[in-house]
Formats: sequence, structure tokens, C-alpha cells
Amino acid sequence: MKVVIMGCGRVGGMLAGMLDEAGHQVTVVDIDSWGFRWLPRSFNGKALVGDGTDVETLRTAGIEEADVFVATTQGDNRNVMAAQAAKHIFNVPKVVCRIYDPLREELYKSMGLETMSPTKLGANVLMNIVLGKGG
Amino acid sequence: MYIIVVGGGKVGYFLSLALLSEGHEILIIEREADKCKIIAEELGSVVMHGDGCEVRTLEDAGANRADLLVAVTHRDEVNLVACQVAKDRLGVKRTIARISNPKNEALFKMLGIDVTVSSTNLILEHIEEKLPTHSMSHLLTLEDGNLEIVEVNVQTDSVVVGKRISDIVLPTNSLICLIIKTAKGAQVPTASSIIEAGDHIIAVTQPDHEAELRAALTG
Repeated sequence: MKVVIMGCGRVGGMLAGMLDEAGHQVTVVDIDSWGFRWLPRSFNGKALVGDGTDVETLRTAGIEEADVFVATTQGDNRNVMAAQAAKHIFNVPKVVCRIYDPLREELYKSMGLETMSPTKLGANVLMNIVLGKGG
Repeated sequence: MYIIVVGGGKVGYFLSLALLSEGHEILIIEREADKCKIIAEELGSVVMHGDGCEVRTLEDAGANRADLLVAVTHRDEVNLVACQVAKDRLGVKRTIARISNPKNEALFKMLGIDVTVSSTNLILEHIEEKLPTHSMSHLLTLEDGNLEIVEVNVQTDSVVVGKRISDIVLPTNSLICLIIKTAKGAQVPTASSIIEAGDHIIAVTQPDHEAELRAALTG
């Protein structure tokens, strides 16, 4: 698969490494090249410096041929905007969007985005650990 | 009307000031406490401290009875989300978003934002309107060689439209070194290149011959 990942932090970098390892064609976009330190040394994909909320940057990253777009920057709003551009302008078949704020996550899920809230996920895992139900 | 303004920066502040003077009920939502304090001191209790993208903040702001939400922060993505949350969760009928990146206009329209205001485009239009387009603009002065590089925008009524480069009589020490065509991009011209309306010509000349070059190219 061709995957474009916007936001190369701990999560984006690790995900890019894992997908690359699994044999997929990965392009990561980050506004700051400093983020690329999170990529594993063995990373074979492309790393592009640019603003993923700008449609031209997304084009350069190859979004028009992408099978999957993942938005994992620190900003919920940036993720939501880029994900919607990927879905509605570029018709990417699978668009995944990280949204910290659970309320906003619900909203965009109801609007058809595939969303993931680390806040909700993390709280649930911790809750289970606290109650002794395991991770 | 009850109007919610997201973003208490310069645009939000002066917009609210104007809307208040027209008798509207205004609430500014601003994320920075310091800015809220200043606005409250100057405009009274028309400001709320919070994130205008959050459902709860908008609920507290009474967005469900708002006639209009205007998002004017300097960040396009914030303005988009504030409008979408207001529309979808609170049922605000009309939303207006300020846009800085003109390329976002199409996306915002597609996503149901009623009106977009692109400050960049507005300023650009004004510049194009107010500046004499016939004139030549200086790009660079090469002090040592007593030369300068200028740009000329070819108008439809210019004498050079349809002419070959070899047929244009240029002043001494002047040379057309680049033609930028809207469709094809920049080209290094040959003697047989033809000038068309809308082309941008980049030329080298001497300050003394600038007026002659202008006359030769814009006519």
C-alpha cells in the first residue's frame, strides 16, 4: 500500500517505521525536519518537510496515488483539516485521523472520518489497569 | 442578531467593535486570558475565555441561539473546526471563516462553511486594482555593472503583443532575458519567440535607458 503520514512525532515516526518494515510505501510529512529523528534508522520511505494542511504539500507527498492517509500531528484541528482534504479533495480510500479531544472525535466520526482518540484510549487502558483487569 | 466571534486578535477585536456599534449582541471567544482581559476592559463584558473549537465552550457561549458564528483567528484549521463544530453540534445556521491560505477556499466551501473571507486574496485584489499595471517594476539593481533587472507585465493593448523578439527595437544595453507565460511558465526567449498579452517580461537594462525600454515594451 501507499501510505502518507502527516506529523512525524513519536507516534507518526513509529507507525511509519512499522509500515515500512511491513513492506509498504511510506511518505511522512512534517513541518519540521527535526521530527524525522523519530524514524527508525532502517526507514526506507520518503520524508518530506512541509505543511500537511496545504494541499500542494499533500500533492507533493503523493496523496493522489495514496491508499491511506494518516493525520498524527499534535494539533487536533490540523489533523481534522488535512484529513478532510484527503477524503474530500483527493478521495483517498482510507483516511485516519488522530483527535485528542473526545468530543471533537465524536463529531468527526459522525461526519464520516475514521478517528482515534488517544485520550479516550489511554484513559480506558489506565482504567482497566487500575481496576485490575489488565492492559 | 446574536453573533459569536471566535478569536480576539486584531481582526476579531475591530470586527466586534463595528458589530457592537451596529447594535448586535456579540460574544468573543478568545483562548488567551491576557487578551480577554484587555478586550473586557475596552469593550465590556463581551468576551469569554476559552477554546472556540470545543463543544462545551460553544455550549456555554449559548451558540445554540446564535444567528451567526464568525471565526477569525489567524489559523485556518482553527477557523474551520470552530465553524464545523458550531454548525453540526450546536446548529448555528450561518458560519463565516477567515482564511489566510487562499488554497483553502475550495475545501472550506466543500465542507459546508457558508462564507469564506480570504484576507490574502482581498489584499492582492486591491493591490492589482490600485497599482498601475502598465509600469515596470524593479526586481534588482546590480550596482557594479550599472545595470538593473526589471519586470514588465504585457497588457493587451501593448505595441509588442504578437511581435517576435527580433522585431522589437530595444534601447542600447537592454536585453529581454526571460518571458514568463501564464500557461507554460518561464522560457528563455529566442529571436523568434512571440510576445503575448499577459506575459511577464524580465529584462536587463541601464538606469539611463529605463524610460526608453518602458516605451518600447508597453507603448
